[in-house]
Amino acid sequence: MGGSGFEPLIIALCCNWCSYAGADLAGVSRIQYPPNVRIIRVMCSGMVHPDFVISALTRGADGVIMCGCHPGDCHYQEGNLTAQKRAEGIYIMLEDFGIEKGRYKLEWVSASEGIRFAQVMKDFVEQVRKLGPNPLKKAVLEVNKCLYQ
Amino acid sequence: MVRLTVNEQKVSVEKGANLLGAIEKLGIKIPTLCYHKALTPYGACRLCVVEVHVPGREPALQASCSYPALDGITVFTDTERVKRARKIVAELLLARCPEAEAIKLIASSLGVTEPRIRKKNDDCVYCGLCVRMCEERMGKAAIGFTGRGPKKKLEPPFGKHNPVCWTCGACNFICPVGKKITVLTTQKPFIPIPNSYNMGLDKRSAAYILYPQAVPNKAVIDKNYCLHLNYNVCGICKEVCEARAIDYEQKDNKIEIDAGAVILSPGYEVFDPGLKPELGYGKYQNVVTSLEFERILSASGPYSGEALRPSDKKHLKRIAFLQCVGSRDHERDYCSSVCCMYATKEAIIAKEHAGEDLKCDIFYMDMRAFSKGFEQYYESAKKQGIHYIRFRVPVIRELPETQDLVLEYLNEEEKKVCSEYDLVVLSVGMVPPKHIKEFAEKTGIQLNEFNFCRTSVFDPTGTGREGVYAAGPFTEPKDIPETVIQASSAASRVISLLHDVKGTLIKPREYPPETDVGGQEPRIGVFVCHCGTNIAGFVNVPEVVEYAKTLSNVVYVENNLYTCSNDTQDRMKQKIKEHDLNRVVVASCTPRTHEPLFRNTIREAGLNSYLFEMANIRDQCSWVHMHEREAATRKSEDLVRMAVAKARLLEPLQKPLININKSALVIGGGLAGMTSSLELAGQGFEVYLLEREKELGGNLRRIHYVLNGEDPQNELKSIIEKVKTDKRIHLFVSAKILSIEGSIGNFKTRIISDREETEFEHGVIIVATGAREYRPKEYLYGEDERIITQSELEEMIASDAGFAKNGSKPNTMVMIQCVGSRDNERPYCSRICCSTAVKNALKIKEVSPDTNVYVLYRDIRTYGFREQYYTKARQKGIVFMRYDADNKPVVAKNGKSLSVKVFEQTLKLPVEIPADMVVLSAGIIPDQDNKAVAQLIKVPLTQEGFFLEAHMKLRPVDFATDGVFVCGLAHFSKSIEESIIQAQAASARANTILSKDNLELEATTSFIIDENCDGCAYCIEPCPYNAISLIEYMWQGAVKKIAEVNESMCKGCGCCMATCPKRGAMVRGFTMDQIESQIDAALQAV
Repeated sequence: MGGSGFEPLIIALCCNWCSYAGADLAGVSRIQYPPNVRIIRVMCSGMVHPDFVISALTRGADGVIMCGCHPGDCHYQEGNLTAQKRAEGIYIMLEDFGIEKGRYKLEWVSASEGIRFAQVMKDFVEQVRKLGPNPLKKAVLEVNKCLYQ
Repeated sequence: MVRLTVNEQKVSVEKGANLLGAIEKLGIKIPTLCYHKALTPYGACRLCVVEVHVPGREPALQASCSYPALDGITVFTDTERVKRARKIVAELLLARCPEAEAIKLIASSLGVTEPRIRKKNDDCVYCGLCVRMCEERMGKAAIGFTGRGPKKKLEPPFGKHNPVCWTCGACNFICPVGKKITVLTTQKPFIPIPNSYNMGLDKRSAAYILYPQAVPNKAVIDKNYCLHLNYNVCGICKEVCEARAIDYEQKDNKIEIDAGAVILSPGYEVFDPGLKPELGYGKYQNVVTSLEFERILSASGPYSGEALRPSDKKHLKRIAFLQCVGSRDHERDYCSSVCCMYATKEAIIAKEHAGEDLKCDIFYMDMRAFSKGFEQYYESAKKQGIHYIRFRVPVIRELPETQDLVLEYLNEEEKKVCSEYDLVVLSVGMVPPKHIKEFAEKTGIQLNEFNFCRTSVFDPTGTGREGVYAAGPFTEPKDIPETVIQASSAASRVISLLHDVKGTLIKPREYPPETDVGGQEPRIGVFVCHCGTNIAGFVNVPEVVEYAKTLSNVVYVENNLYTCSNDTQDRMKQKIKEHDLNRVVVASCTPRTHEPLFRNTIREAGLNSYLFEMANIRDQCSWVHMHEREAATRKSEDLVRMAVAKARLLEPLQKPLININKSALVIGGGLAGMTSSLELAGQGFEVYLLEREKELGGNLRRIHYVLNGEDPQNELKSIIEKVKTDKRIHLFVSAKILSIEGSIGNFKTRIISDREETEFEHGVIIVATGAREYRPKEYLYGEDERIITQSELEEMIASDAGFAKNGSKPNTMVMIQCVGSRDNERPYCSRICCSTAVKNALKIKEVSPDTNVYVLYRDIRTYGFREQYYTKARQKGIVFMRYDADNKPVVAKNGKSLSVKVFEQTLKLPVEIPADMVVLSAGIIPDQDNKAVAQLIKVPLTQEGFFLEAHMKLRPVDFATDGVFVCGLAHFSKSIEESIIQAQAASARANTILSKDNLELEATTSFIIDENCDGCAYCIEPCPYNAISLIEYMWQGAVKKIAEVNESMCKGCGCCMATCPKRGAMVRGFTMDQIESQIDAALQAV
């Protein structure tokens, strides 16, 4: 990832029908974005359990982004709207856990928005980069040390 | 073969190969600039230097592109000496061309950002690519180098324009610093190949992929432009293609197909606005067609979705749309039906892209927003600041200095206004495809007066020739949903015709029995794809392979040049058997395109097809990190680790099968319901047809004539006769539904008909409950018998007493449009009233030519071929007067006489018309029983109370609930032919289910983990498919509540899984454990 600066590790949960396809289109169109993102394919943004977000962030991910279809475009009618409601809950949980809100985001990216996918990822990587490393990461390393030594 | 060592790895290549080839064969990437695979090596830039050790000689730096691969030599590509040398080369190149992106990229990859020597700002790096390209590949030698040392110069012979140059542009194309070399060689302009997908707004090469999402996503060669095919030169693509997929010898094949039926859907072309020179299209760059503007606004378009104009790529501030270009004129007396809405859509999107301040003016004659939801969309567009100006602009002028465009028009106050715009969009209409007459002759069908396919009201998909059907805008201009509906309708006609032989040409695929992997420790095989250079060019594949070998449970790893090739499929099957693999991971492209192929392969090897996982290291890695090899390699390793983690937890899945009851329930015995029933019965299925009234026929009973002269009552009689005599149709009149249970394939319905209860089972439901005419509360309706609705007028004209015969022919008749439509209570347009008014007005003129007929309207919406009757009505002297929604007409009764007062908007004058008769064009309102029916079958309604389909554009007859379909006025107000088309479409959709003995359901559905579920029922409400219910049973002497999933309704979206606080609901193939294993694996890098 070049340089000595902080390179955040981002987990992206992308729905199969729109956002994952948008990520593929960014590839087909050769639109470059930072290599900090690890994409996990889910069938619908409505499938993403808040536990996924919280456990990723408490175990050392620097940021988690959920991507779904634009409102009205959901392959499953309104799974994305369910995800939107859930995102509000996730923000409350983040506060409870003492995690900065900026480490989590929900975005809509359609299958034809390769450029937008790359831009959303760029922006989120920058946003998390500004927040610095997830303070819980250190704790995770400590715990791992205890567990594996 | 020669054998040599590169960076301590052994490699053998063919004799005569260069060193670079041997190095690249090992997956080692070194920088190059003047090297090109299809050109002779030049050794000019020296970027590719490596350290060569020849036994018995001093180690020396050599340019690997031009140095031969010799037997026994040892090569190092990455020593300090090599790095130093490359850095100096990069510095020199950067000093020569400091602004060139390609040079900057190469330099920065070698750690050089600023040269230490003086910058030359040259526009040529002297790599000689263009020179070799022109001479070796084009056989022209139109450009070369003259002079030596500092005097070296790129120029054509004698420094003059060269007649040899044929402006192919290959030199421009290959130049790494973007120099326009054709300017040196020729005076002739370089004309790029227009990219037809972007309507010629940008260029493409002769070998191209139609557009990024094209299916199949394969490159083709345009034989009109390919230099190799036309002049036997170039041929570069064949050498560059690593998959060896280029075959210049391919010829067009003549194919003969034995078919039992033919569906014609040749589509339409947009009107060529060049035929109207006064609009300046083709002359002024900033006058574009609506389709061109669609591409301009598209994210995959020529300007990546930025709202720019073609001439100077200036950001748009003011746009004008001109409607009815090529529609509603003397030659084309029809309405193209779609332009009003697409102009509105484009204006809204343009505002989204360019910002709120963008000025959008739409110049129109009548705003035709007549389909479901369109009027509301139009109203919302007005609220978003889009201006609609009722004026047909005759001429467009350009201001030459700014290339802005000037339109002159009369505003609402009838004042002449002159406005300037950055861009004018011509809303071009639909015209029949070129050569349509030959096409019609070949297919033996008739065309109408506008050269569209001739159809009739009661056979709207038939062409008049048996076995030949038509669909789409070929029969009449129409939008996406109507095209989709008519396509299904044509399919239904074909199924009816050929139902005896349906499926007889299908051979089922046979698979070996599935290996039982239950209880086995995972044994994972990983196949990593090079994808030619698509992955290997940007990711160190050998490193990824080595890494994969270190992962637990991975017992076999290999890399393939192309994992998707046929021979790799055979190899994969062999390796699965050889190594006893029970899970397979492929690290290559995207599962969205290739998962089905690999799943099929492992199934053929005896593995359950769900024991497969992909790591997307191309589309989501190598292609998006092309300049970060190290990071892309690490990311690929992470992605493989994540895929392996999930693979460990994969379980075999089966697609559940359900039996299909091969009969249908059709609710509603109007035209739509009867048409659907007859289609399905004709296709061999039992039909239960319910009608709540005593008689069949619905609204059609009150329609006595249609615009084109066909006789609806005769048709109705014959349809009813057919329904009553068809043995497969079980008709229930005066019927009421008591209950509907079950789901797709197996419904059970209880009804009461003529006081008798009946119960039957069926596999699908078609909802055809219809709608009805609004009973006006306005305009003194009901207070005077001379104030009637359009359908009452129609009855009156057609009655035995007759409108003309009763001795009181009215002198003056006033029709008022939009009664109960387009108002606050019912904000939608009822679609058919304008055409009905025109039809009845013409009929009045026919039976009573002396009667004066006035039609008071807001917009005349005679879409499609109905327009010609509107023209005819005006020719017959029927007077059309426009009123405004804020200033509606007033019907007054003074003693015995009636009068209508209206403020006429074109004249801007109040008018009072003494009337003998006032006819109200009452709208269409949804049936009052819709709510009850919707609740019984658990499908949604729109706000207005019509049934809501699964997708407005792409699934216009389906419900989101499988096995339930909608047609006719239950869906939305529509004409006779549109009802028939949709009814046939619903049958075709139903046939996709009924024609199967059993239905394969999705395997990745949700399931409940009994011990985790405490019956809290949180998961029930979020399920978009009502697939979850709460059941109770006795367990250990107490009532236990638990959620239950109906697999035949579940689509596997997983909303239940994400809602459950107890980890009690999971989606197969995407369980929480599986997704968490991927997250954990991703975080292992931390």
